[in-house]
Amino acid sequence: MTSKLTKTPAYWSKDAIWPGIVAIGPMLPGTLAFGMAFGALCAQKQFSLAEVEVMMAFVYGGLSQFVAVQAWPDHLTASSIATLALLTLTVNLRFGLMSASLRSWFGTLPRWQSYPSMLLVTDGGWLAATRYRDHGGANAWFFVGGGLVLYFLWLVAAIPGYVLAEQLADPKKYGVDLAMPAFYAAMLVPAWKGLRRAIPWGVAGAVALCVHWLVPGWWFIIIGAISGAVSAGLMPPDDPMRESSHG
Amino acid sequence: MADVLRSDVMLAFAVMTAVTVAVRLGGFWLMSYVPVTPRVRRMLDALPGSIIVAAALPVAVNGGPVVMFAILAAIVATIVLRNDFIAVIVGMAVAAVARAAGFGG
Repeated sequence: MTSKLTKTPAYWSKDAIWPGIVAIGPMLPGTLAFGMAFGALCAQKQFSLAEVEVMMAFVYGGLSQFVAVQAWPDHLTASSIATLALLTLTVNLRFGLMSASLRSWFGTLPRWQSYPSMLLVTDGGWLAATRYRDHGGANAWFFVGGGLVLYFLWLVAAIPGYVLAEQLADPKKYGVDLAMPAFYAAMLVPAWKGLRRAIPWGVAGAVALCVHWLVPGWWFIIIGAISGAVSAGLMPPDDPMRESSHG
Repeated sequence: MADVLRSDVMLAFAVMTAVTVAVRLGGFWLMSYVPVTPRVRRMLDALPGSIIVAAALPVAVNGGPVVMFAILAAIVATIVLRNDFIAVIVGMAVAAVARAAGFGG
């Protein structure tokens, strides 16, 4: 993604709420389907609906919730909770990279505004906000407005899934497992800035595949992502004039 | 029912929440100590694509032909129609139809 435009500091103006919601619009069917599939899984695993809603509201990391519930032990012990915590950490570490990249935008806001905003970091919300920022956007409501809609949809999505668990036993039948990858693929297309800029993507993909094969668990996401970013840092700048004009 | 909110489950959720909150806030906090040099700027710029590919590629390869074909269809839909919404629907529909037609994966 580019950094050609001068980055203005963050501000709050309500006129970006609707564009922010429109930008995460493509995420809504996938989030709903994913949340429903998760509710159905929890019903099969004998969680109560109240427990499911607590997890939706507080953990708020779709993939990590899925992975944790699939690996949920019959009896919780200190060591099995530690295993769940490690699983959650490996799946969710990418959120740390995402919030780190938002520092250059939200960093100028007062802490009581910027830190709570970071609790809304998700794949889709962050990708949409990053695209907006790359086009020179600075209105914090764009990210927070879209983020809040995703959060509340996620909260309610599990309920129909939980209730209809019998019918949703196989989410793959409806292509639900494709919702996130398809959205990712769609976000990759406008990010394409030529072959050179895509070299780090190739590094990220190759490293992620190797880690996926060699290391059990979900380390491949964070290790692949960091490898891609580091390789971009190691490459010589492609436009010295522009690079030197930035601090 | 007494076990609507089982205490051991709540404890596990609390730990998972703590980890996730720490990660979300921690990245933002740590970045206040990192000077954004041109090199760091390039790394941050490469982050969206790198995260997408690292998260999705192994899942796609593991998912088999149906998943890979559905993702390809979503990419083509994005290029042709320039609409993320339709791309997601196309990806899901292609996978659902392929599986209904008897293709595994």
